[in-house]
Amino acid sequence: MRNTWVICRKELGSYFVSPVAYLLLTMFGLIFGFFFWNALGFFVFEGMQMQMRGQSFPMNVNEQIIRPMLSNVSVIGLFFIPMITMRLFAEEKRTGTIELLATSPIRDFEIIAGKWLAAVVLYSCMLLFTALNFAFLFKYGNPDWKPLAIGYLGLLLQAGALLALGTFISTLTKNQIIAGAATFGVCILLWVLEWVSGYETATWAKVLAYMSIITHFESFARGVLDSKDAIFYLTVIFVGLFFTARSMESLRWRS
Amino acid sequence: MIAVKGLSKKYARTVAVDQVSFEVAKGQIVGFLGPNGAGKTTTMRMLTCFLPPSAGTATVAGFDVLEQPMEVKKRIGYLPETPPIYPEMETAEYLKFVGKLKGLSGAELQKRVDYVCDRCSVADVRKKLLGKLSKGYRQRVGLAQAIVHNPGVLILDEPTAGLDPKQINETRDLIKSLAGDHTIILSTHILPEVEQTCEQVIIINKGKLVATDSVRNLQTRARGAESVVLEVAGRNGNLEAATVQQKLEQVSGVSRVLNKGQQDGRAIFEVESLKGRLVRGDLARAVVESGWDLNELRPSAMSLEEIFLQLTGTEAVAEAEQAVETAAGSEEQL
Repeated sequence: MRNTWVICRKELGSYFVSPVAYLLLTMFGLIFGFFFWNALGFFVFEGMQMQMRGQSFPMNVNEQIIRPMLSNVSVIGLFFIPMITMRLFAEEKRTGTIELLATSPIRDFEIIAGKWLAAVVLYSCMLLFTALNFAFLFKYGNPDWKPLAIGYLGLLLQAGALLALGTFISTLTKNQIIAGAATFGVCILLWVLEWVSGYETATWAKVLAYMSIITHFESFARGVLDSKDAIFYLTVIFVGLFFTARSMESLRWRS
Repeated sequence: MIAVKGLSKKYARTVAVDQVSFEVAKGQIVGFLGPNGAGKTTTMRMLTCFLPPSAGTATVAGFDVLEQPMEVKKRIGYLPETPPIYPEMETAEYLKFVGKLKGLSGAELQKRVDYVCDRCSVADVRKKLLGKLSKGYRQRVGLAQAIVHNPGVLILDEPTAGLDPKQINETRDLIKSLAGDHTIILSTHILPEVEQTCEQVIIINKGKLVATDSVRNLQTRARGAESVVLEVAGRNGNLEAATVQQKLEQVSGVSRVLNKGQQDGRAIFEVESLKGRLVRGDLARAVVESGWDLNELRPSAMSLEEIFLQLTGTEAVAEAEQAVETAAGSEEQL
């Protein structure tokens, strides 16, 4: 446990000493801010229109802003996750520092868990930016906080799953760009897999759609904690980290 | 402290290390010598539990590298060929991180970090980013991280590679000063380095053990017999070298006399004796009794360079193989 923390601290250090973390935070904040500003603008516009027409259709901040925004974050995240994980192992392999870690009296899974945890913490910092925006909704409106909390839990689980896959991919190469590009491809694929469910109802399509990382987020975005989806994410996290461990082991046998 | 037996590492197509066996006693400095690609790094990586051996065993401080890697890792300090540093970290921060990895904490960690900073003379760059340090400093930081947890065994892979001559000397002195407290294996392809720093040499070539002995023994063993250089001068300024050569050849126990050059009534000869014969005294007597002056008489020690070339030549490898085989055979008999 202590060793995991040592590795995690070191990874966070290198994220935040280099411009990497600040760049990711800034870009994410900007992009999300723009999305949020748009959604809010549309919400206000719709509200005014309804008033003018004299309709009294109930407006709901949770349904009309928070839910679609959470879904947006889950997709924007796909683009940022490769940038977080690509260096985790690739960099250590390139500079040879992996030898230091591998010859220190710590276990492989402690190294892996530490690195993954650092990636999750950085992603959480990015989510904090979105929380800033949502805070305004609480100041000027009266949204329900529980669905939002569940939404965040879902975002963390989803990111945890993708970060675990990214960590695994990073162990496969010395080249950060390759690791990043491959992770990006996997992220995008896992997103678009669900599209087949739009026109196909055969079993294979259902399986494909099930594998999509995004479909499992829908329940969280609605504010529903569905154990089925939570277990899906936890499974992917476990599988990803397990493969990482295998890959590190094979590194020793091959290199 | 370190015992290696029949250690091998095979890859899909190549054999990187083939049946290497040696032992290192506590507190020794051992030079691990071989041309590039001889399998030095692979052997060291197996000793540090970075790579698992394909066959054979290696124990460090009594712990097997495969069975109890955690115990081995606690007792080993390792400096890979390129110092494993994180460019975005400061020196002291980095040493602290490594110390924590090796299991130190609290006041002891701080004490050790301060100590190795002084010991490896990197105290003046404690607050500098490692990425900004010169090669010499990086190497010293690399050494500092290797000894931060005060390991019994130090494994240094080409610790002086890429340094300038002054830094090389400083690094060598530092390594020498570490012996005694630590058992040190250092690999190199630079021969004078071994002559200067090590007590014991292990020579490998193409993955095979060629020789393992003390530097001095190796120097005499490689020759097998005494070799003497002498300078002879004629009393009245002229000297017939051929006559002197004849005279020298008549001394009993001499196998070969070479004329290495002559001028102004002086001539230099290199004399090789038969195996196991000491001929220096007889040579001196023969020269003086013939009425010549003996200006110089010295044993010509073979430089490690010659030994190395001799041993890593194809003949020597075959001989060494035989020697290893006989050694293995005698072990089986035991």
